[in-house]
Amino acid sequence: MRTLLFLIQKEFLQIFRNKVLLRLMLVLPVVQLIVLVNAATLDMKDNCVIIVDQDGTSMSQGLISKFNASPFFRVLDITPELEPAMKRFRGERIDAILVIPHRMEKDYHRSGSSSVQLLTNAINSTRAQLTYSYTQALVNDYNGQIGIAQSSVTGSPVRVNASWRYWFNPELNYKYYMLPGILVILVTIIGMFMAAINLVREKEMGTLEQINVTPVRRSQFITAKLVPFWMIGMFELALGLIIGKLLYHIPFEGSLVVLFLFAGVYLVAMLALGLLISTSVQTQQQVLFMSYFFLLIFIMMSGLFTPVENMPDWGQAFNRINPLYYFIETMRRVLLKGSGFADILPLLAGVGAIALVALPLAIYSYKKTN
Amino acid sequence: MITIHQLTKQFGPVTAVDRVSLTVNGGELFGFIGPDGAGKTTLLRMVNSLMLPTSGEVSLWGLNPVTDYKQVRTMIGYMPGKFSLYLDLTVEENLQFFASVFGTTVAENYHLIADIYSHIELFKHRKAGQLSGGMKQKLALSCALIHKPRLLILDEPTTGVDAVSRGEFWEMLRKLKHSGITILVSTPYMDEAALCDRVALMQNGNVLQVDTPIGITQGFTRPLFAIRTQHRHEALQSLRGWEYVHKVYPYGETLHYIDHRQGVTVDDIEAYLSVCGIAHQGVQRVAPGIEDRFMELMDG
Repeated sequence: MRTLLFLIQKEFLQIFRNKVLLRLMLVLPVVQLIVLVNAATLDMKDNCVIIVDQDGTSMSQGLISKFNASPFFRVLDITPELEPAMKRFRGERIDAILVIPHRMEKDYHRSGSSSVQLLTNAINSTRAQLTYSYTQALVNDYNGQIGIAQSSVTGSPVRVNASWRYWFNPELNYKYYMLPGILVILVTIIGMFMAAINLVREKEMGTLEQINVTPVRRSQFITAKLVPFWMIGMFELALGLIIGKLLYHIPFEGSLVVLFLFAGVYLVAMLALGLLISTSVQTQQQVLFMSYFFLLIFIMMSGLFTPVENMPDWGQAFNRINPLYYFIETMRRVLLKGSGFADILPLLAGVGAIALVALPLAIYSYKKTN
Repeated sequence: MITIHQLTKQFGPVTAVDRVSLTVNGGELFGFIGPDGAGKTTLLRMVNSLMLPTSGEVSLWGLNPVTDYKQVRTMIGYMPGKFSLYLDLTVEENLQFFASVFGTTVAENYHLIADIYSHIELFKHRKAGQLSGGMKQKLALSCALIHKPRLLILDEPTTGVDAVSRGEFWEMLRKLKHSGITILVSTPYMDEAALCDRVALMQNGNVLQVDTPIGITQGFTRPLFAIRTQHRHEALQSLRGWEYVHKVYPYGETLHYIDHRQGVTVDDIEAYLSVCGIAHQGVQRVAPGIEDRFMELMDG
């Protein structure tokens, strides 16, 4: 026990002596959270749209004014002809063309319904889908308006409209969705990379040779490498949450105790994986490349950008051994939904199992003799 | 007492240490002398428990480094060939750290290192990375000694260290020997062999001979001459062509010449050199050094 304390004390001495590293640990999360959270947003504004108004009636004018008033759309041009619009669609960066066909108003009055056509640029499929949804919403809204106007004249029955509400993130604030995920990545990179590089550095410098010939036990050595970076990871998480609260007013619906408890287990798992990599390679270059390889897979599959439920079965199965998946899910659930300890218990068990496998493996794969 | 029996280490097809057997007495200053690649480091790493032998075994006062590594690691001090203390920790922090991982304190064993550490104590708040080569070496020795080891293993401690520091270092080793510590030291420098109690001459993983430095030079019986000349290359060529030559090779600033004949004199050699038309600044009969013996043993 005393030996372990001395080893940890040595690690902290070295970390605090590395002024560049210290500054990075403070500045990096702030910058990343400011830049990434604002940049990685799916909120859409100013979708460029051209409206082809072949109808030219008061009804089409009314629909056009809806688009003009919407912050999501920027109406670039209104033209009666389809051809020039299509030409611009092919050549310029235009998100959509709305075609209001000839006789729209007439059809509506005659049969009670009519349609418009939407052509969207689907190079970015997410953007195309959102453009479609926004258009749908606008047209529905307009439908309601003229419906009411009609019913007051003719006395026909009022139509039933479905309305909806988004729970847990009522304004569909994309930052609330992204910030917990980015924070997870931040905590992971700082913890895992620093611990892994630190151990391999001892190999490269030759200091490990000197340690290996001392009575220091393998478990003590690995634990001493894990503890300081575990503490730094927890500190980074706290720092990130404070920034999230101050800058983005992210809600803390659930208990922070539960969140930090989970983070504690998560960091053990992730640091153990990092140390496992570093015990099995020889140079800092190798450890960087290996960690980067695994981290990239973990991040892309974690559900940070795309919902895990949409992934193929093997992808969802893979996420059972993806610590990032568990942590991002927990962060979102606890922060936004207010999930308690009982709710995240299955997730905690998953990440706990990874920790229980990875840590002994890291200790075992560190060999004092060769 | 240390016994090494038929110790062998193979790396794939390469045999780094080949069936080495020898005995080192307790309290001895024992040297492993040989060129780079002779297998010195591998041998020492098998003794200090860092490397598992392919076959054969080592006994350190009855303890086997393979099975009793836990006890072995508490009783040896090891100084690897490459400086391997923490460069970003200060002199004092390094010393304290190594004392603490061995479960002791600097104060407890200060008397052991006082002589050595006093040279660098002035710089105890300086980072190890900022020390000069000689000071680094003194710090490394202090750290290897701080837990009062029974056996001190030094792998090429003087490689890359200036001549004055080398002298000081060997002086320290002699003093340490008096406090009863057994010392194994490897070096590629033949002149350092004379400072050991006994030495093992090593080449290509084999031990050629184990003896005291005097015993080793006594094994050299042929007459040996040192020739001082500015035309070393021509002299070497001519002497190699002489019918009586046993061996001739550059040695420092001179050439060492060994003759077949027992009764040969300085005059005989001077006469031959003048026949060949080679000017020289003197031919002297000299006592053989360890290197001369080594050169002879190397050729089998």
